[in-house]
Amino acid sequence: MSALPYIDVGLALLVVAVGIWTVAARDLFAAVIGYVAYGLLLAFVWIRLYAPDVALTEAAVGGGVTGVLLITAGKRLGAVKNVAPEAQPGLPLRLLAGILAVLVASALGAAILTLPDPPPSLAPEAALAADGAGAGLGNPITAVLMSYRSFDTMLEKIVLILAVVGVWSVGADEAWGGAPAPLRQSRPYAPMVFLAQMLAPVGVLVGIHIFWTGANAPGGAFQGGALLAAMWMVTMMARLTEPPRIDARWLRLALVAGPAVFLVIGLAGAVIAGSFFAYPHSLAKPIILFIEAFMLVSIAAALPMLVAGPPSGRSDQ
Amino acid sequence: MITLLDLLSIGAIGAGTFFFFAGTVGLLRFPDSLTRLHALTKADNLGLGLVVLGLIPHAESALAAFKLIVIWALVLLSGASAAQLIGRALRRDRK
Repeated sequence: MSALPYIDVGLALLVVAVGIWTVAARDLFAAVIGYVAYGLLLAFVWIRLYAPDVALTEAAVGGGVTGVLLITAGKRLGAVKNVAPEAQPGLPLRLLAGILAVLVASALGAAILTLPDPPPSLAPEAALAADGAGAGLGNPITAVLMSYRSFDTMLEKIVLILAVVGVWSVGADEAWGGAPAPLRQSRPYAPMVFLAQMLAPVGVLVGIHIFWTGANAPGGAFQGGALLAAMWMVTMMARLTEPPRIDARWLRLALVAGPAVFLVIGLAGAVIAGSFFAYPHSLAKPIILFIEAFMLVSIAAALPMLVAGPPSGRSDQ
Repeated sequence: MITLLDLLSIGAIGAGTFFFFAGTVGLLRFPDSLTRLHALTKADNLGLGLVVLGLIPHAESALAAFKLIVIWALVLLSGASAAQLIGRALRRDRK
């Protein structure tokens, strides 16, 4: 008799409870902390579902990067809050929102409960396709991401760039091209500097390892890139580095490197291997690692830029 | 057949679990943030250290054992630093 099923049920209940608490929390900061805990618990759920790749992504992005993003957004909201008086939405509006939420939730529930058995799945087809062009890779997840659905993977990175452009365009006109405000206004605090100095080298090493091992084991460019991004954010928070000017050539190149290299190789595939995003069979593994290396750079550049926010123009001098 | 190493593991992981339990009780029962912080970081560091100590004899390889120790060291580092940062934020708010 194994204890694992009980742990699974306990984990599921805990996820639901933390989810409800996050929604119900009135305090912005508490809700963000709840959301981070929710993300980390979800990572455990993915581990239990035998999806370590998804678990790594959830822990790095859902728990880590999104948490920093939300805390930063919350702080900025706090600065704005005094300007706009807090207006409570009226009862009809709240009722309407509630009814809408219940309808969406029950439609989702109904869809899941009425799934045929076995549920329709593209997984066997994807695994088969990944067996083709990405055959050299020991990790089928990376093979599917980079071969079976390579176009989607590239578009995801373009969405990241669009998000950065969106954040930048919120800045004032005269600040354009300048650097975002430092992540901490105050003087750096010794333990934070110590943490950044100790953690960053280890984190960079682990991030690159996760990218490199992604070809054969759980990991990949996104997980590794998120870790590198986190390390850059930590050093910026400790004021060991400042956010770069957004018109810096190296920053722009780093942002577009991943999708650009991906697209060029995809187009080359149309000429050499016969179809868009097809790789020559014998070279599939080096090509995929080559693309992923540039995607790593793009992700590691884009996520901190989202957190750093629009150019402020104050640190121009 | 229980070997001496197994006994060591049981003892260390049991002691580690006790420290986690004590830390959780402290987190729930202590009166203010600073004492709760004290309970959490001290107990978690020691608790995780003992659990890691208990797991090392069962690691598949020397590398796996080393990774366990690195995980503990990273938790020590981040836990201690985060406690300092939270503590300073509390003191700043109080002033």
